[in-house]
Amino acid sequence: MSKVIKILGTGCPKCKQMTALVEEVVNENNIDAQVVKVEDIMDIMTYNVLTTPVLVIDENITVKGRVPGKQEILELIK
Amino acid sequence: MFDWIVRMADWIVYDVLHLRQGKHLTEALHFFIYDTVKILLLLFVIVFLMGIVNSYFPIDKVRNYLSRKKLYGLEYLMASLFGVVTPFCSCSSVPLFIGFVKGGIPLGVTFAFLVTSPLVNEVAVGLFLGLFGWKTTLIYVLSGILLGTISGMILQRLRLERYLTPWVKQVLTNAQREQDAFVAGKQTFKQRLPIIWQETRNILKGVVPYVIVGIAIGGLMHGYIPEGFFERYMSKSNIFAVPVATLLAVPMYSNASGILPVVQVLVAKGIPLGTAIAFMMGVVGLSLPEAMLLKKVMTFKLIGIFFGVVTLCIIISGYIFNVIF
Repeated sequence: MSKVIKILGTGCPKCKQMTALVEEVVNENNIDAQVVKVEDIMDIMTYNVLTTPVLVIDENITVKGRVPGKQEILELIK
Repeated sequence: MFDWIVRMADWIVYDVLHLRQGKHLTEALHFFIYDTVKILLLLFVIVFLMGIVNSYFPIDKVRNYLSRKKLYGLEYLMASLFGVVTPFCSCSSVPLFIGFVKGGIPLGVTFAFLVTSPLVNEVAVGLFLGLFGWKTTLIYVLSGILLGTISGMILQRLRLERYLTPWVKQVLTNAQREQDAFVAGKQTFKQRLPIIWQETRNILKGVVPYVIVGIAIGGLMHGYIPEGFFERYMSKSNIFAVPVATLLAVPMYSNASGILPVVQVLVAKGIPLGTAIAFMMGVVGLSLPEAMLLKKVMTFKLIGIFFGVVTLCIIISGYIFNVIF
């Protein structure tokens, strides 16, 4: 089953950076995943987070408030 | 403590480049090398230390603490203190704001945090230490905490809930003391270190270019502007200096790290410290991009009141500093 990777962020530079990195990791490793950007603040708040960007994998919050490295993203998605 | 950097700068300027002592260009270059090495070193140390603190005391813990503990009036001070150790990215200000009010934290306390957190951040503290020494840094940090506390108290008094955007009001009515205790990930320091290290690198990567450009400009000014040059225009007796400096500072933001080295030279050349600190607080603490983001949760009127109160407090503290020093 394909994974759903969500990136929560209101469109700040860090959020864009995280999205780009996640997409790179997914493409480079041929991972069967759907990358979704959640930009609406009301949707973001349903996750009860205080800092952005947030990386959500299959509805599990993994990283929040910082941009992880590619290696870390890969390990989280796998 | 920094003698070795002076000797290193001496060596590069006089021995390697064979420049003659006493010339403007030579002095400017010497200043540039010394300042760059010293400031980057201190910046690195502070950012790294704050990274460690933050790893053990993340924002979720702050929220839970403020939301659950009864603090009998001290909550403004506590929120302000937490603001010091919590790094702040203006892009997080909206979720942070909502998260706080949702947790039942009063608006004024939330504001106290929102004022101090960007004002006393790791980059500003690191730069202050490198540029002005520990005494001025301490004054800056303490006044930043006080400023957040007092602004928060004033803003709470004004009963501003009615100026929130409708959907935030809705969130407020459903607000409750969050019961879920923050489950701290049990990680060893060794496990945390790579993440702290990476964050330190990310932060430094973002500010170092600005800092270096700022020091270069400062270095040039240092060598070419005569001592006491600004005293004529910006003396303590000029009552407009503080408000003008503060108002000029509010629109400046992304280049705050580049502005500080320049301001340091201005102080050395005769601008009163209080005026300079007011200016820097305006640069670091209030930013228009942040105001634009806050529009999602606050009406223009509320943003105006928020910025107005903080600006006023900054101006007052600028005057106070000028009287003390």
